[in-house]
Amino acid sequence: MTDLERRQDRSPVPSGWDYAPAPEARDILTLEERYGLFIGGELVEPGSGEYFPTIDPSSEEPLAEVAQAGKEDVDLAVRAARDAFENGWSDISPAERAKYLYRIARILQERSREFAVLESLNGGKPIKESRDVDLPLSAAHFFYYAGWADKLEYAFPNRRPKAIGVAGQIIPWNFPLLMLAWKIAPALAAGNTVVLKPAETTPLTALLFTDVLRQAELPPGVVNIVTGDGRAGAELVKHEGVDKIAFTGSTEVGKAIQRELAGTGKKLTLELGGKAANIVFDDAALDQAVEGIINGIYFNQGHVCCAGSRLLVQESIYEPVIEKLKLRVKTLRVGDPLDKNTDVGAINSKQQLEKIRHLVKSGEEEGAEIYQPPCRLPDKGYWFVPTVFTNVAQSYRIAQEEIFGPVLSVLTFRTPDEAVEKANNTPYGLSAGVWTEKGSRILSMAQKLKAGVVWANTYNRFDPTSPFGGYKESGFGREGGLHGLESYLDLDESEARGG
Amino acid sequence: MAKAPALPSGFELPLEPRLPRIGSVDQVAVEERAASLARRSIKREAKLFALDLAVRMMDLTTLEGQDTPGKIAALTSKAIRPDPSDASVPSVAAVCVYPNLVPAAVERVKGSSVKVASVATAFPSGQSPTHLKVAEVRDVVDLGADEVDMVIDRGAFLAGRYAKVYDEIVQVKEAAGQAHLKVILEVGELGTYDNVRRASLLAMAAGADFIKTSTGKLPQAATLPVTLVMLEAIRDVHHETGRRVGMKPAGGIRQAKQAVQYLVQLYETLGAEWLTPDLYRLGASTLLNDVLMQIRKEKTGRYQSPDYFTID
Repeated sequence: MTDLERRQDRSPVPSGWDYAPAPEARDILTLEERYGLFIGGELVEPGSGEYFPTIDPSSEEPLAEVAQAGKEDVDLAVRAARDAFENGWSDISPAERAKYLYRIARILQERSREFAVLESLNGGKPIKESRDVDLPLSAAHFFYYAGWADKLEYAFPNRRPKAIGVAGQIIPWNFPLLMLAWKIAPALAAGNTVVLKPAETTPLTALLFTDVLRQAELPPGVVNIVTGDGRAGAELVKHEGVDKIAFTGSTEVGKAIQRELAGTGKKLTLELGGKAANIVFDDAALDQAVEGIINGIYFNQGHVCCAGSRLLVQESIYEPVIEKLKLRVKTLRVGDPLDKNTDVGAINSKQQLEKIRHLVKSGEEEGAEIYQPPCRLPDKGYWFVPTVFTNVAQSYRIAQEEIFGPVLSVLTFRTPDEAVEKANNTPYGLSAGVWTEKGSRILSMAQKLKAGVVWANTYNRFDPTSPFGGYKESGFGREGGLHGLESYLDLDESEARGG
Repeated sequence: MAKAPALPSGFELPLEPRLPRIGSVDQVAVEERAASLARRSIKREAKLFALDLAVRMMDLTTLEGQDTPGKIAALTSKAIRPDPSDASVPSVAAVCVYPNLVPAAVERVKGSSVKVASVATAFPSGQSPTHLKVAEVRDVVDLGADEVDMVIDRGAFLAGRYAKVYDEIVQVKEAAGQAHLKVILEVGELGTYDNVRRASLLAMAAGADFIKTSTGKLPQAATLPVTLVMLEAIRDVHHETGRRVGMKPAGGIRQAKQAVQYLVQLYETLGAEWLTPDLYRLGASTLLNDVLMQIRKEKTGRYQSPDYFTID
């Protein structure tokens, strides 16, 4: 060894590894200062002249102003949709309709980075999720339903499928663009026109989407987008020119809509809340089950109607599972939604943050044990530390009510029957997860669980071909797959009976 | 639950809490987790930190029939001083060679921090009588190897003769004495992640200081998911016994970017404690130059021609 070589030796190993910030660039995105309502193919001023700011929940910085639609605006939008339906859209060949949907899908893919950045900015979700989940799935929904547009006769043989007319669609703030795609793609494929109301706090991707429609040269009036708070949604629900309402949101509002529509003859589908059980059996692959638990509850800050918010662990593996879970929660990176390494972003709104805080407080008061990892949160914006509650009893509010935040309630069970009983013991019935290496147990659990979706050894996995929807107070009607098409069509029942 | 392997006496893990955990690995989910960790975006000073660490953790390897003392001289020189133009680049952890080349390597690294690792136990197949393997291990330790990289008997493992595998590791460990023992599972021949997990636990129970993915002699060598499975087994052993076992992915890691991915996975699975060459090694023959190029690029902001990095 030479002197030169000797010099290299024995410098101390550095310790600690802080990932440098890796923010996705915002400059791809250009926002207007103010957005009107998208009616008849144009962005127009609201009748009232009323606008409200929409913010970035991670910084509370305003991003743009959007219009508050009133009764007359909703009326204009519904008339535009009716006009488009009767004068053109319902007459063009189904293959032509498919062409527009394919265009929209491709443009979404092309502009996916721009949309992903905006979705994270306006909604607070981590860029890795908007980039890897929301955008690819949104495009996939348009591609999927584009394929059905000219094959409706084959989708429902001998039933003469016909478009319904004008669909009023109201979507939530947790997956703004994806829910838009879930609603608009099947409606257009089936030959309807739509009036869509985005959530109050997250209207921007829907407004940017109007530019996609312009690029795709979709005829004016086929899609209309009216922004605003709940008042705009209520006007849309009440409007006599609407043939069908599709709503995704809270059970409370869903019930009000159902009451409102009773006796009107309007079609209705509701996709409401959930309090899903994620059931881990003692033979499950534990490290992967823990990943599934994490994904089930912390994906999108827990702002997921099908979130696995109740963890049911078989008592014999309770300790190792909780140990692993806590270790894993510690590694979650909470912070800037636009940072590519962020796992958990900002809570969508102040109102939601207060609701989460309130329910978490009730959990502590009722006697559950709270675990929150050490975590430095930004000073501004709306944040909540990923939380695990253990020692939770079935009767606690945190085991019964939907929190819609990054808060997990852990319960135990002893036998498969007890797991089923506890899982079904809720007014909701949207989804459930089963973790076991035993195939026969997966099948038997899936049969017994009263949930619209049962995932086995995975969680929060979506595909346009797979129907999604709930039991009981989680709503009715299905989105996705052939089932999702059915709720946007009139099917001739007498034909079906062979008449 | 799958039946636990027949556990010989002397199995040092407490049997009772371990039983449910030999368990199993879900292929789809573990591959997904590994892929998601690989998408971490490591930039600037964080990247430089990882590249520096990757050099410190590297087992610079040559395992060829054509290896000569001259080749070893070149390799050790590179190991001690990977980038002669940049004094801040540290030495690698070790050179990894065949038994016959151990004396040449020992001579060359004398006085430096670089260790000499030797493969042994009828590398790479492991298909020889146990007494010959044990004798080989004694010999390489006598020749001055600091570390021994043994292979498990995959034939015995796949035939379900876990006790044979276990006993052999125990004997090798004893023969290795003070030398560090790395146990190569040759994951490419084990077929399933379940087997990888089982072999990992078996090797650790038998006394492995490190578990290592591959010989580098098969096209299916280290992958991110298989390494994750092994890290999770290490984590379980640590949790149950407090013992820290090291990990060495080897084979197929050729680019700096991959090395960073392996380190992210390590950091987020076992934590900062494992970010040391005492507990993690990267077995590689061609990785070093790409890491050096990336280090220089991070420091100067420019890529240099490969001609500026020596081929050894």
